[in-house]
Amino acid sequence: MNIYIQPEYEVVRDRDRCIACRVCERQCANLVHSYDAETGKMQADSTQCVNCHRCVCVCPTHALKIVKSDDTYKINGNWDNQTINEVYRQANSGGVLLSSMGNPKDYPVFWDKMLINASQVTNPPIDPLREPMETQLWLGKRTAKIERDEKGRLKNTLAPQLKLKVPIMFSAMSYGSISYNAHESLARAAEELGTYYNTGEGGLHKDFYKYGKNTIVQVASGRFGVYKDYLDAAAAIEIKMGQGAKPGIGGHLPGAKISADVSETRMIPQGVDAISPAPHHDIYSIEDLRQLVYSLKEATDYKKPVIVKIAAVHNCAAIASGIARSGADIIAIDGYRGGTGAAPTRIRDNVGIPIELALAQVDQRLREEGIRDEVSIVVGGSVRSSADVVKAIALGADACYIGTAALLALGCHLCRTCQTGKCNWGIATQRPDLVKRLNPDIGYKRLVNLVTAWNHEIQEMMGGMGINSVEALRGNRLMLRGIGLTDTELSVLGIKYAGESM
Amino acid sequence: MRIDAKGLHFSVLDKAVRDAADGEIIIDNCIGQRYIACGLSGKNIEINGTSGNALGAYLNGAHITVHGNVQEATGDTMNGGEITVFGSAGDATGYAMRGGKIFVEGDVGYRCGIHMKAYKENKPAIVIGGRTGSFLGEYQAGGIIIVLGDSKDGKPVIGNFCGTGMHGGEMYVRCEQIPTRLPAQVKSERLERLPEGEAAELVREWCARFGKDSKAYLDCTFYRLTPDSANPYKQMYTQN
Ligand code: SF4
Ligand code: SF4
Repeated sequence: MNIYIQPEYEVVRDRDRCIACRVCERQCANLVHSYDAETGKMQADSTQCVNCHRCVCVCPTHALKIVKSDDTYKINGNWDNQTINEVYRQANSGGVLLSSMGNPKDYPVFWDKMLINASQVTNPPIDPLREPMETQLWLGKRTAKIERDEKGRLKNTLAPQLKLKVPIMFSAMSYGSISYNAHESLARAAEELGTYYNTGEGGLHKDFYKYGKNTIVQVASGRFGVYKDYLDAAAAIEIKMGQGAKPGIGGHLPGAKISADVSETRMIPQGVDAISPAPHHDIYSIEDLRQLVYSLKEATDYKKPVIVKIAAVHNCAAIASGIARSGADIIAIDGYRGGTGAAPTRIRDNVGIPIELALAQVDQRLREEGIRDEVSIVVGGSVRSSADVVKAIALGADACYIGTAALLALGCHLCRTCQTGKCNWGIATQRPDLVKRLNPDIGYKRLVNLVTAWNHEIQEMMGGMGINSVEALRGNRLMLRGIGLTDTELSVLGIKYAGESM
Repeated sequence: MRIDAKGLHFSVLDKAVRDAADGEIIIDNCIGQRYIACGLSGKNIEINGTSGNALGAYLNGAHITVHGNVQEATGDTMNGGEITVFGSAGDATGYAMRGGKIFVEGDVGYRCGIHMKAYKENKPAIVIGGRTGSFLGEYQAGGIIIVLGDSKDGKPVIGNFCGTGMHGGEMYVRCEQIPTRLPAQVKSERLERLPEGEAAELVREWCARFGKDSKAYLDCTFYRLTPDSANPYKQMYTQN
């Protein structure tokens, strides 16, 4: 017996406005809308609706809206509708609950509990329109020793660096989890912005090798698509140890989603499952990690920075300290709100810690140990605005990764059903009819718009603080004050409370 | 070109190998230097001594012969080429290899051939003369692993958890009886002799390299292990 579950959202159609053009019917991959020839009217089946707002956006007469259903079980502070429905779903099927995108639960967002400083009277603000305001930066080791050759000329002993024109990169999203057109949009935007996008663990499509100098390639436990040319093509190599949305859990792209093109990019046969378990089966220690770091450096002649990406977990400060000693050039930390194409609901919603706290602790630990210059720190999961970027840099990050925000720019409406592969916005899907809805010519411009706008805002906030470069803002925690935080939270973040002076 | 590796740091040795204009390289006195020939193609490398971890990682067509033992992660993510070991190999030999061949005269450690996968014309192969440790062919997705089980100490020819998570490819194990329990996703089939085909060819190649009589290795009982398609590796999910 399957218990009927009332849909969480309902499709509401304004009958006066609807002209029965059937656009919504054609646009919905979940087959919510249908046309009743007898009455000449449109119908909607809300049980299939994922609330992606595609129909709402394309309806020429704005006749549609999706509303939260007011149907409810008896109100219960402990057993809310969602919790009850999850029990029903599992009792119906015996399955593990599968979700996507970032943790949607109502946990505190620490970005929103930090306020940014501004200069007044003394140390006046800088007007970014009039004066240079540097958002360019380099990622990599800053531990070069000064050495001179016989003729007294300075030798270049600097480890390879990644140059970013903006303190924002696009985080790892594999081809397979997102579409070809989404990847093309990210790659072209990264090129135009002077920053980087990241292939994720799905390999690099042959058409995108030309964006290599703006590409970070990933090496994960399954090693999909990893080979010499892939490593050589990239600007940097990222070893994926963990992901914020599912710390301790690997990836599993079912064979059904391995299309011909995805198969070619991952370098696996079509239709065969792509399993990327959580552990790298050759890494059980920092010493083992060091081995993978160095084998990648050896394979690429020490020309590319190596990034190690971990999920933000309880012990990440100690782990980061190990990574900084492993030879890696950059540490990427992914918070528990980071997105994903598919993750078990329980993991997504319950495992990991906020990136704000993880970042503050990692930066502090590396400073205390005198190894902060051994690595750059990149944070993501979830950076939602330029203000989050400024706060992250002030807490100690060198740059940020954005994933969900980038997908929103491409049209994602955060319906959190990427795992079904039927994304109506042409992003988290491989279905050709859906993929072509995302036009990369438009998509890349929207990404460029977003990041350019954020960059202006970052310059304005920095100018307000009287700081003229992101390098000078990095780790400058005196520029932050907490609001609505406990003493413990303040001490973990290493900031003072609003109203407290220097 | 001949390089004396005695006392050389791995970075110096590996750079010399990488930068060598000469395609024929002999390394003498190798004492555990890591990452030799990472990602290399178009070279013939002969190593005397013991090479360190990650020998021939991402190997892209080069040929390597080692007169001695090799350590961990030999041929990690190898894409093409050949590695021949006159000795034994450590753990994670052929991790995620996608192409090329590895021939080991003696034993291999844990997790040999884990994540091995095939792709188009690339079909990786590992032939092991002796025994293997546990987790042989874990998560195997393609390619072929052959264990000949030549061993004098009478210990089991493969360890525990062979083929856990296997979802493609095949393994051939030469023995009278599979010594350990196989996971549910793995199907085993007893063969009275190795049938003609790819596996037999690989065994002949192995024998030619190590000067063995191929008849003695073909005319024996083998077990062929493949993923059980009726029992796939998957967990049941519920959309939430
Ligand atoms: S797209 Fe709008 S106007 Fe057209 S059928 Fe659907 S609801 Fe009616
Ligand atoms: S990418 Fe598509 S499927 Fe995923 S949340 Fe966004 S709109 Fe929904």
